[in-house]
Amino acid sequence: MYDVAIVGCGVIGAATAYALARYDAKVVVLEAENDVATGTTKANSAILHAGYDPKPGTKMARLNVEGVALAAEICEALDVPRKACGSLVVAFTEAELPTLQTLLAQGQASGVPGLQLLGGAEARALEPNLSAEAVGALYAPTAAIVSPWDYALAMAEVAVKNGVTLCRNTRVTGIEKTVAGWALETTGGAVSARYIVNAAGLGAEALHNLVAPHRFTTQPNRGEYDLLDKSEGARVNHVVFQCPTAAGKGVLVAPTVHGNCIVGPTAEPVAGEDTATTAAGITALEAAAKKSIPSVNLRATIRSFAGVRANTDDPDFIIETAVPGFIDLAGIRSPGLSAAPAIGLEAVRLLQENGFAAPKKAYFDNTRRVTRFAALPPAEKAALAAKKPAYGRVICRCETVTEGEILDAIHTPIPPVSVDGVKRRTGAGMGRCQGGFCGPRVLELLAKESGLPPEKIPQDKAGSNILLGQTKQGKGE
Amino acid sequence: MTDYQLIVVGGGPAGLAAAIAAWEEGLTKILVVERDRDLGGILNQCIHNGFGLHHFGEELTGPEYAGRFVQKLAETGVSVLTDAMVLEVTPEKQVRLVSREMGYQELTAQAVVLAMGCRERTRGAIGTPGTRPAGVFTAGAAQRYVNIEGQMPGKRVVILGSGDIGLIMARRMTLEGAKVLACVELMPYSGGLTRNIVQCLQDYDIPLYLSHTITEIRGKNRLSGVTVAQVGPDRAPIPGTEQDFACDTLLLSVGLVPENELTRAAGIPIDPHTNGAVVYENRETECPGIFACGNVLQVHDLVDYVTAESELAGRAAAAYLAGGCPADDEPYIAVDAGAAIGYTVPQRIRPGKIDKSAELFFRVRAPMKKSRILVTSGGVQLAAYPRERLAPGEMERIQLPKSLLQKAMGSITVSAEEVAE
Ligand SMILES: Cc1cc2nc3c(=O)[nH]c(=O)nc-3n(C[C@H](O)[C@H](O)[C@H](O)COP(=O)(O)OP(=O)(O)OC[C@H]3O[C@@H](n4cnc5c(N)ncnc54)[C@H](O)[C@@H]3O)c2cc1C
Ligand SMILES: Cc1cc2nc3c(=O)[nH]c(=O)nc-3n(C[C@H](O)[C@H](O)[C@H](O)COP(=O)(O)OP(=O)(O)OC[C@H]3O[C@@H](n4cnc5c(N)ncnc54)[C@H](O)[C@@H]3O)c2cc1C
Repeated sequence: MYDVAIVGCGVIGAATAYALARYDAKVVVLEAENDVATGTTKANSAILHAGYDPKPGTKMARLNVEGVALAAEICEALDVPRKACGSLVVAFTEAELPTLQTLLAQGQASGVPGLQLLGGAEARALEPNLSAEAVGALYAPTAAIVSPWDYALAMAEVAVKNGVTLCRNTRVTGIEKTVAGWALETTGGAVSARYIVNAAGLGAEALHNLVAPHRFTTQPNRGEYDLLDKSEGARVNHVVFQCPTAAGKGVLVAPTVHGNCIVGPTAEPVAGEDTATTAAGITALEAAAKKSIPSVNLRATIRSFAGVRANTDDPDFIIETAVPGFIDLAGIRSPGLSAAPAIGLEAVRLLQENGFAAPKKAYFDNTRRVTRFAALPPAEKAALAAKKPAYGRVICRCETVTEGEILDAIHTPIPPVSVDGVKRRTGAGMGRCQGGFCGPRVLELLAKESGLPPEKIPQDKAGSNILLGQTKQGKGE
Repeated sequence: MTDYQLIVVGGGPAGLAAAIAAWEEGLTKILVVERDRDLGGILNQCIHNGFGLHHFGEELTGPEYAGRFVQKLAETGVSVLTDAMVLEVTPEKQVRLVSREMGYQELTAQAVVLAMGCRERTRGAIGTPGTRPAGVFTAGAAQRYVNIEGQMPGKRVVILGSGDIGLIMARRMTLEGAKVLACVELMPYSGGLTRNIVQCLQDYDIPLYLSHTITEIRGKNRLSGVTVAQVGPDRAPIPGTEQDFACDTLLLSVGLVPENELTRAAGIPIDPHTNGAVVYENRETECPGIFACGNVLQVHDLVDYVTAESELAGRAAAAYLAGGCPADDEPYIAVDAGAAIGYTVPQRIRPGKIDKSAELFFRVRAPMKKSRILVTSGGVQLAAYPRERLAPGEMERIQLPKSLLQKAMGSITVSAEEVAE
């Protein structure tokens, strides 16, 4: 019997596990897929928003501001790539200037530090490739960019290191109330727990409805992106937003922590977790991005992708006790990534309201180190490759990821089981050739280290097999 | 004192030929650095016949062709470092590399030959909408799985792009028991060699859909199908012409991109049309003593031409050292790609540095019937070369005699025009 079962291991489930790992309690995270952060957490704008967007007084506003302050500490402690590059919300007409005023006022009311209104020329001085049409901008120095999947992974890994159990390939399919708490039926067998935290993202409504009366309706909304080659990586230095409208925050152009440039998202209602890209989306992005940054080169796209927002009919995050012992962390759309660690702490408070009384542990190991060969200065490269020859073999030539780093990843507390799992942990395959060269080698390493035959190694989720058998020669015919 | 007279980056056919030529010209301290475990480059996975007709006068497989050069190299005193990746080349010809065996090294050389080959364009670069399942491969990656690892990437296959690698893989997958449903080409003509269209598609009844493209990729985890549509003259899909193919594999053969990250980082100017370095007649880049040859300079369709070009570069590197590593101040003639011509290599010719003639390589932008190739300077025609036909998939070459170049005024323009039959 677990004290707490967290359902879902996106950034919200991971942040909750990270918060709970400090307590002397038995905690399990149940994740439907074969890895952490394969849902919305891996496909978003990757911005730690400064916090001027949400209406002051909402949970969104408070948790956003608290969350990004915590994110700075967590990324530092857990070696997560994060860069405080600042953001600009740009007005292109006089008519949009009052929107900037509104955002400034909201930000000030919510306690966002350092906000500043700029004229068009001042904005262009900060961001030289900004359109000549820009007439003003709201500058937020605290906005940052992050590697979203690495962020979630880091918190989950440290939680596991401190005793939390993570069960992958474990989809919760039924929940029954018991005397002591809950009995969960999962694709990985039966689990029982005193408390449940619902962090199931797009699956949160279905999970809620298993135990409580209908409370909210999910309105999935897809956002498409283009990720551009590093040759476009210096096109912008800040996150460049357009003025938000009723449809959302609009299309941004931003650097990524990996040195690329990202353009997106679109906004379009979809039926479910539909992450397909569309011809219309790809076309729309080009026009929208060029409005902000006319020189951005969309032909340098190395990957198009889409993520689905877990919007609901409630304009705020749904962070509350659904029924005693069952806590919803639902409707966590943007700024969910930004707010995540604050949402994790909020979950602990709600659990305590529900009777969770475990004391804090005497010792919590809040460390994580990742070797990133490419980023090291020459002398350290030399020392590392001398010490461990595997750091001398480059597997991903576009991103200069070595065999040593891939082996490191395979031996972390949450080892990757797929080629994309290795990519999320090391960056191998993220570059301009998109795994064309290194994919087969990563697959080979995964097969060797796991003892599985190559055709059992998936690209990403279960069922995404890369190889469908052996050649005639391979079979010895 | 430098560590080496010459460092060659890349041990494919280009790097091998350059190193051997430099050795034969008398250089004695040469190092070839290769990222892979074996020398030979992309040829190691090209197990089909068709290499070496020009160079050896016989048809070899890729590994056989490479093997002859590897053998020849072994008979020289050239040093080889495999499983070693060059991370950086500086204009001062410092070469930074890392390898399992030797760790991280900073080596110096008097001359450098860049021979890194090219990589394939991917799905992201062509922006095909849809889901992102497993089962979408570049043709070369699939070729590696089949020919090197003995693994089958799929059973029901559609191929996008009719470049040579796609055509070769259509045949290969068929021979391995897969069903190749279609080869889909955006342009109204194929980008591959005619012999490959005949031997790899027609001989196996694989339909070639010209002026078609893939408009959607479907499948949640593994590919389940693609939609193919006809395109108009603007290359945009024509609504109503869509047809669906149920398939588990999509191979992309949509072009090669020279692998010039090292070149760019060294600050060497790149020609936007070739995506390779701007070079002189001897394949020297704008950085004196740094040369480029093979697919890293221009995408070749025949390895024989790669060899010839690389021998030129290797000899030039030796001559550069023999000449005391001169700074570059010789006057040159700029070569411009004129009407109907996509690019030329070299882009610059120094008449003072050539013997009898310079060879010029180029591709036309679109297929042409009976044509002539014109060389002009300042509006004056200097030479004309007749051709029965021209195609973008087949690299063309002409000889420019020294006497002709001496008549040129600052620059020459190469163009092509069709003539009445
Ligand atoms: C287009 C877009 C752009 C965004 N941009 C930003 C941004 O720039 N900044 C920002 O702060 N936020 C942004 N967001 C929001 C942010 O991405 C999300 O708020 C955050 O990722 C939500 O995390 P999550 O853990 O709730 O959901 P998810 O990451 O989707 O995780 C939910 C997990 O639950 C699992 N699950 C579901 N059902 C079950 C079940 N029954 N049993 C077991 N497991 C289950 C799923 O497999 C999944 O792994 C953006 C979102 C989108 C879509
Ligand atoms: C599928 C296919 C079919 C073909 N069919 C034919 C045919 O039928 N007939 C024919 O004549 N030609 C054919 N070719 C063309 C021929 O193979 C190529 O033109 C030739 O291989 C190019 O030689 P290269 O040395 O320039 O490049 P490559 O062969 O690509 O070699 C480049 C080498 O450089 C290495 N390298 C790159 N970067 C670094 C670095 N930073 N550090 C160390 N090493 C590095 C690479 O690992 C590689 O080994 C075919 C090519 C392909 C891909």
